[in-house]
Order: sequence, then C-alpha cells, then structure tokens
Amino acid sequence: MGETLIKVEGLSKKFCRSLKKSMWYGMQDISSELIGRRRGVDGLLRPDEFWAVNDISFELKRGECLGLIGHNGAGKSTLLKIINGLIKPDKGQVTIRGRIGALIELGAGFNPILTGRENIYVNASVLGFTKHEIDEKFDSIVEFSEIAEFLDTPVQNYSSGMKVRLGFSIAAQMEPDVLLIDEVLAVGDAGFRVKCMNRIHELLKSSALIFVSHSMPTIARICTIAIVMQKGQNICSSSEVSEAIDTYHSEFNTGERKVVGNGGAEIKQISINSEPKDSQPIIPFGSGLQLRLTLNIHSKYQTVGIRLAVWNQDQHPVADVVDENYRSFILENVAGSVSILAEIPTLYLAAGKYAIAVVVFDPVTINVICRMENAVSFIMGQHISTACDSYIAARWSKIAPSEKFNG
Amino acid sequence: MDEQRITIYTPDSLLIHPLRMVKEMLRDLVGSRELAWRLTVRDLSAQYRQTFLGFLWAIILPLANTLVWVFLSHSGVVNVSETALPYPVYVFTGTMLWAILMDAMNAPLQMVNASKSMLAKINFPREALLVAGIYQTLVNASIKTALLLIVLLVMGIHPGWGLLLYPIGMLSLILVGTVIGLAITPVGMLYNDVGRAVPLLMQFLMYLTPVVFAMPKEGMSATLFKLNPFTPLILTARDWLTGLTPEYLGYFIVINAIAIILLFMLWIVFRLAMPILIERMGS
Repeated sequence: MGETLIKVEGLSKKFCRSLKKSMWYGMQDISSELIGRRRGVDGLLRPDEFWAVNDISFELKRGECLGLIGHNGAGKSTLLKIINGLIKPDKGQVTIRGRIGALIELGAGFNPILTGRENIYVNASVLGFTKHEIDEKFDSIVEFSEIAEFLDTPVQNYSSGMKVRLGFSIAAQMEPDVLLIDEVLAVGDAGFRVKCMNRIHELLKSSALIFVSHSMPTIARICTIAIVMQKGQNICSSSEVSEAIDTYHSEFNTGERKVVGNGGAEIKQISINSEPKDSQPIIPFGSGLQLRLTLNIHSKYQTVGIRLAVWNQDQHPVADVVDENYRSFILENVAGSVSILAEIPTLYLAAGKYAIAVVVFDPVTINVICRMENAVSFIMGQHISTACDSYIAARWSKIAPSEKFNG
Repeated sequence: MDEQRITIYTPDSLLIHPLRMVKEMLRDLVGSRELAWRLTVRDLSAQYRQTFLGFLWAIILPLANTLVWVFLSHSGVVNVSETALPYPVYVFTGTMLWAILMDAMNAPLQMVNASKSMLAKINFPREALLVAGIYQTLVNASIKTALLLIVLLVMGIHPGWGLLLYPIGMLSLILVGTVIGLAITPVGMLYNDVGRAVPLLMQFLMYLTPVVFAMPKEGMSATLFKLNPFTPLILTARDWLTGLTPEYLGYFIVINAIAIILLFMLWIVFRLAMPILIERMGS
C-alpha cells in the first residue's frame, strides 16, 4: 500500500481540427515513427492543430482517487486515452506500475446476434481475461448483472439498460492496480448505479483510480484529489476537492437572462448583496444573501405577488423563496417604480452554482405578469459532500434504554 | 498477485529500442491467441447463424463465376486456349483459389474497421484482430476446399498424393493475401480510397493470373503472366489439388520466402501506426 502507481510528467497531446489535414498529418507521423524519429520534439503546432492536453502532471498512490473535471472537450478523455496506452503523447511521460484496467466502454465486442452467455466470453476476452478466469467468474458476473433469465437470448433483444448491466458486470470483475473510469455510471437505473458505485469503492481500496465525471457530488464523495481542466490545461489542482469543484462551478456560464410576460411589469434592476450586475458572489455555507430588485409596474395592477425560484446547474428547481409564513410575498399599492429587498437569512444548499428566477404575478388571477429566468446567480460554498440538493439540520440524541421506543 | 509490470509511455518511436519492441511483439502475439479464437468463434457463429444456406455461400459465388466463364468460352465470346484440365474444372479451381486469396487480403482491413470503437477505447493486443482474421480465412478456405474436392470427385478428377501438399498451397495463398492486406491497412484506415481502389486493381490482376485464362504461350502477356507473383501460387495450389506436377515450384518458394519477411516487417508497421491511427479515428 501507498506506493506510487501512476506518474504523469508534463504530458501534452496535439490534435487537429481539420479532417483532411489530420489524415495527412497521420501519414507524416507514421512515416516519422517508421524512421525512428521522436515525435513533436520541436513542440510546435502544425497549421490547424491545437493542444488537446497541455502539460499535465500528477502522481497517484494506491488508494488515492483523482477526479478529472472540466467542460466537454477540455481534454479529460484524451488524457485517459494516453494513460490507457491507446494513443501516444507528443510530450512528457507516463509511468504506470502494475495492471491497468479501464471502465470506459462497456460491452465492447458484443455481437448482437449472439446470446448473452456467448458475449460474456467475448467481452471478457477483450478485457484480457483467460478462458479459465471467465469460467471461474461466470457465476458472479451473471449474479451481479441480475439478468440470468435472459442469458440465452440474443443481445440484440436486450434493452440498452440490460446491455449496460451485463457490460459493467463483466468489467467489474477486473482487479487492476490502476483503474480508469470515464462517465460510464451515468447509465442504468438508480438501483444498479448504487451497485456500481459500491463496486468502485471496493476496487478503490486496492488501486489508484482516475475518475472522469460531470457529477460533482460523486467526485466530492470518492476523490482525494481533483484536477480541473480547461482547454487541455490544468487550471486548478488541489487535494481539497471542494476547492477544485468551486473552480469548476465558477467558470460555468449561466444560461441567458430570459424575460417573458405580458408587459405589465418590468424588472429594471436586480443584484445579490449589492454586487455588480454580472458577478457571481460566493455565499459561504450557512450564510444568507440579500436580493435587491427594482420593478416598474403598470398602473392597472394595484397588487402583485413576487416569488423567487432557485435553480441548480442541472436546470432543476431546488427551492421556492416565499415569505416568513411560507406564502407568496404580496406587494400592495404599487404602480410605478418600486424597489424591494428580499433577505434570506441562511442557505443550506449543496455546493454548486445556482441561478435565481423572478416571477411577478397577479395574485387574483394567478397570471404571470413577468418572469425573468437566470436573473442573477450565486455560488454556494462547500460543506460536507452530499448527493442531495439541500441539508436539513436535526437534533440527534441517544434514547435512554429505559424509555420505550415507539416507532 | 503477479509481478509488478512497469509500463512507460513516451513520445519516442518504439524503434529506438528494437529488442524491447520485438519482445513486446512476441508477448502480445502469444497473449492474443485466446482473444483471437474468441473473436473468430464470435464472427463465424454470427455469420452462419444469420443465413439459411450457411456455408454453401462459400461455393455459390465461384460456382456462378464458373458458369459464366464456361458459357463465354463455349459460345466463343472469349477464346481460351487449351488447358491440361477440362475447362470447367480449370475455371472452378482457379476462382475458388483466387477467392481464398481475396478473403485473406480483405481480412485485416475488415477486422480493424469492424473493431474501430473497441480499438479506440480498450487496450487489448491488436495482433488479436489480425490473427482472428487469419483464423477465419483458414476456416472458410477449408470449407471451400472441402466443397471443391467434392465437386472435383463428381467430375472425375482424382487429386492423388499431391493433395497432401495442397495445404501448403492454401497456406501460401493466405500468407500472401495477409501480407497484401496488412500493407494496405494503415493507409486504408485513413483514406477510404484504398478500400475502393484495391478490389479494382485485384480484378485486373486476376486476368493476368491463370485463374480463368490459361497461361499464354508467347508475347507480352506470357511475360506478364510469368512475372506475376500470383501465378505460381494459383498454379501450384491447383496442380496439387488436381494431381498434376507443379511447374513453378522454384518461384513459388521464392514468393513465400519474401512474403514471410514482408509479413514481419509489415507487422512492425502495423504496431507503430496503430496509436496514430486510433487518435485520428475518434470513437
């Protein structure tokens, strides 16, 4: 335990944007490979090339888990491919001690005409198992996949979820020293996902893990280090995973401000904690925020209701901001310009980025007068990691043995 | 737990350490046997499970081809000079043997192209694809030969002891076919033109090989036929199959020796080119 299993030093890789040029460079690279020349020694880019991975370095010991996070196209998968030995780096070096396993493609080599049983043997062979090993593990594969009754059905009649189950069950039998995982767990039903995560936790004990995911709660839960990649570069690497996740969130662009309504009201100004218009204040966990809002309301409305909805980055509404009696805030005797302050004393949301939508409505007819999406946004600071949207505090205590337990 | 293997990936060409490279090549070849067999079983069973006529397809095309040529020569549209064998037997054996060569030639590119998504995502010994391609060609060639023998016996041709040497002829066809297939694979994966141009070229070459035409006695075409490296392969295999004495045994041996050397060199090219091809393939 504890020895360094992966060492990545100054790793870089260039890719080409244009297909035609890429094919031509491919021919050139093969030729220089054949005359034994080192590639990319000058470190220069040819026309239309860019660095897909740029100067990445890290080390990982057994039992450690590195989370790779970043937008689509940031170079995470390319990095995994180099570490997996599928493609060669243009600069730098990767040193790996022990066996490498990758949970990247599930069910590789499946032939749709063949039965599940036959395909288990094919896929496991592709993953490097010998016939003897497959015979030995066959039962646990079938048991894990929970599809025993369809074992002799052609795989083309499987649902996509069943194929994934079978694929994962086979791959999960690997016992690698270095494990690479790329987003595969975003599939299957909830029950199976839990099973997959548990299996990964088991594997983590005996391996060094590199994990690529867009699910920050998962990253926060299992990773011990995280690297945020942007355009191939490492823009933040930290053993404080929460710090890396904050960086990732803060570089996210919010959706566009979108206004719909009947023209009876207009939102002139809105800000959080009086910060300038497009800033994204970081709200420490448990702190509150003040939302200031200036409205222009048409004279035909004497009374309007105002509500705020808090949306997370997955475009999922997580909270409805109401008044202290948990009812809609009603503003009376308006018309003209009016400024409002909404004070939220405390926020116990999961870390991440949130956008606030403002809704102004007519309390009599419940018709929306004006609705502004992504009006302002803020970032909730890290707390202990959670897969839930929010925290609820409870008072916990031990029940004395003498008391009768009703429940 | 097995011993801790250390793997290093650098931008250097693998040719810088030739000894290490050859060691790795042999290791991967040995390590790929089982996977190659799995892939072969997979492809063959899928192939035959989805047809009604099954392995009869191996013979239907050459048979149709034979009928066309027998008709053409019989009706005098093309004039084929005398052959030692009855003409239908000559054409039928020729097209069958040529089909084996073509199968072997198409196998590498076909296997690699069919496994693109696997190649782009999983690190397995790439040799397995080549070996699986050869296995499949071998199985299909054996089926073809068995059917061919039945037809020959029906037509009253007895192979005699030469039949014992025929497997060498068949293996040579597969060897040379694999060498050509391996040579076009790296470029063929980048440029689809190759996949289209090669069958065209081979079609043309077939007419310069004694497949449907007999060996010309004189003139430019006689020289071309004699120089054509496929000529000794087809002739020798056919002679062994039909009980005749091979005339071009010397050239046959030379071609095979060259093919073995080329096979090893092209295997190295294949290995070196693979990572470069995979990065351009996407997934």
